[in-house]
Amino acid sequence: MKKVTLSLGILAVGLLHVVHAAPPLGLPPVPIPQNNPLTPAKVALGDKLFHDTRFSATGKVSCATCHDKAKAFTDSPLKVSEGINKLTGTRNAPTVINAAYMHSMFWDGREPDLEGQSAGPFINPVEMGLADHQPIINIVRRDAQYKKLFKKAFNKNAKEIQMVHVKQAIASFERTIISGNSPFDQYQYGNNQRAMSDAAVRGFKVFKEQGRCVSCHTISQTHALFSDSRFHNLGVGFVRINNDVRELSNAFVRAKNSATEVDKEVLTNKNTSELGRFAVSTQWRDMGSFKTPTLRNVAKTAPYMHDGSLESLLDVVKFYNNGGRVTEDDPTFDFQSGGIRPLNLSDEQMDDLVVFMEALTSPEYK
Amino acid sequence: MKRRNFLKGAGALMAGGVLPISLIEVAFGKSSHENFTFAYISDSHIQQIKGNKFVRNFDRGLIQAVAECNMMDPKPDFVIYGGDLAQLGSKPEIDHGLDIMSACKHKIHYVMGEHDYYLDLGEYWESQLGPQWYSFDHKGVHFVVLNSIIVDEKWTNKWSSGEERMGVMAGLDNPLGSPFMVGAAQRAWLKKDLSKVSKDTPLVVLSHSPLQKIYKGWNFWTDDAEQIQAILKPFKKVNVFYGHVHQIQYNQIGNISFHSVMATAWPWPYPSTYSQASSHLPKLTVEMNRADPFFERDATGWQFIDVWSGNTSMHLQLPENNTRTLAYNKKRKRPEDTQYQSNRIPPQKHY
Repeated sequence: MKKVTLSLGILAVGLLHVVHAAPPLGLPPVPIPQNNPLTPAKVALGDKLFHDTRFSATGKVSCATCHDKAKAFTDSPLKVSEGINKLTGTRNAPTVINAAYMHSMFWDGREPDLEGQSAGPFINPVEMGLADHQPIINIVRRDAQYKKLFKKAFNKNAKEIQMVHVKQAIASFERTIISGNSPFDQYQYGNNQRAMSDAAVRGFKVFKEQGRCVSCHTISQTHALFSDSRFHNLGVGFVRINNDVRELSNAFVRAKNSATEVDKEVLTNKNTSELGRFAVSTQWRDMGSFKTPTLRNVAKTAPYMHDGSLESLLDVVKFYNNGGRVTEDDPTFDFQSGGIRPLNLSDEQMDDLVVFMEALTSPEYK
Repeated sequence: MKRRNFLKGAGALMAGGVLPISLIEVAFGKSSHENFTFAYISDSHIQQIKGNKFVRNFDRGLIQAVAECNMMDPKPDFVIYGGDLAQLGSKPEIDHGLDIMSACKHKIHYVMGEHDYYLDLGEYWESQLGPQWYSFDHKGVHFVVLNSIIVDEKWTNKWSSGEERMGVMAGLDNPLGSPFMVGAAQRAWLKKDLSKVSKDTPLVVLSHSPLQKIYKGWNFWTDDAEQIQAILKPFKKVNVFYGHVHQIQYNQIGNISFHSVMATAWPWPYPSTYSQASSHLPKLTVEMNRADPFFERDATGWQFIDVWSGNTSMHLQLPENNTRTLAYNKKRKRPEDTQYQSNRIPPQKHY
């Protein structure tokens, strides 16, 4: 009897963490960290912080600048993001939609969670450009509205507000930016055979079979995240460093050992950027590899790949069809993932794949 | 180089990356021998599909190993290729494998694997790479390369074609196979070769199959292992490195340390988890976990082998897995996996 009471107690605590009654069709429950339970007060605070331009050196850039809801939480059609004073970084802004499911954040996974990720752009010189996080703390401690919101969300008085609360609030807000229920979801999980066009259904078959897309853009019996949260070298952008990879990687490891900031380095130096996951792990097997992005709402987030170098979904499909090359004459590099290979898809199969990806758009981003 | 400096160097190297090859640091004695490193690549199983089409993932495994070998700092003095360059021993497979290996900027010593051998009994391999067994000296260390995958003549000659023979030998658990051995001719050669070597010269013996008996059904086995071990017994410092098994194994038999080197192509399960028959997987071996058999580089990996003391310590870096150290315990006179033993992900036990 004692045992039963105990497990009920644990269940009750667990339920407290859940704000969403049920995730949208095609998605699993949102993982919520134990130390940052999701509450409406935190979400409201995070929403405000996310849209506040005062946390940038020029007062003009907020998180939403590059993660704009009207653009499916990206800055489409920019190739790479523009921060303060129109400074550009090296990478294409990933969508915030469903980022809550990712096992690591940023293209190279250099932060383990949304809390960690949220603090990076504020102090990156080509993003929001602050020297450190203190200006943010100063603003929220003085601002009457923020004082109220932090009190409600964390029960902290102005003096007690720390960066950890800012990060937790932004992450909480981002955990509510969840979208499923696309035509694909209706078709696959909603038992609606007519939800996708014939071309999309054919494209889905290519996606699972000859196209080999599903190897990394994973789907399961009950849901589809379209990402394995792993890192792969596809051959995108690697031409930039292929000839100097030994010198570049050795120099980077030396610099990293003497406290160079990875975040700053990879977004301000185009060559270093192409090291990809290696810059984080310093493992050669990660050379030039980047995280598999989700494909949900991908039709709304052009251009594509970590450097935004491919303009359309058809360009992306062609790139894969050529074995990770823009044209058949391009070289294949030594560090390319073994899973990337020529696919021998017909033009019709490639068109169908694009139609399938267009069926991954959720109703709210139509 | 002082030990402390060496360890520092090792740390820097380990930070260098995870790769499907091994870098071995040899540093015997105090001042009598010069410190050096060599790299080790094994078991790439380059397989032809048709014409100039080869299994992509096996190509990529070897291509990446060579690329990472070329990135090593310090540069290795030479590279050992541990056997099974090809899958079915054909000329196109060996040519394609050697073409990939030609990107390697270092001197390479090759070991014969059964997949290189059984189509034409090593003829083409030999025409490209030279003798199937040989020895060489490098900075005070005596290296011996053996062809440990030959079998008796009766079995060798009973097939209607080389293709048939190769096909039988290429299967992991084909009951029509035959146990590997080094054989009388090579044993006689080995005795003679070692007669010129002083007993305190460190020995490194390179073979494809383990020179110990692990599991006969899969030919994780060398039939005359005891006789080879007896020939090696008078030497003070003996290290045997072998490929073939595509997994981490280690053992100590008397004065001889045994260590396997991982494959660039794919991992095998452990005999004890897969076959229902008894195996003699060395008791010392702590099986590596196989958390994810669907990950293309799972259970391949990088190992830094330190033979400083004359006894091997192995530092393993496994992609998306815990790092491991198989350190030589001087008191107990054997390698031990000090941390992994108590803090491990269980190996997969079902297939």
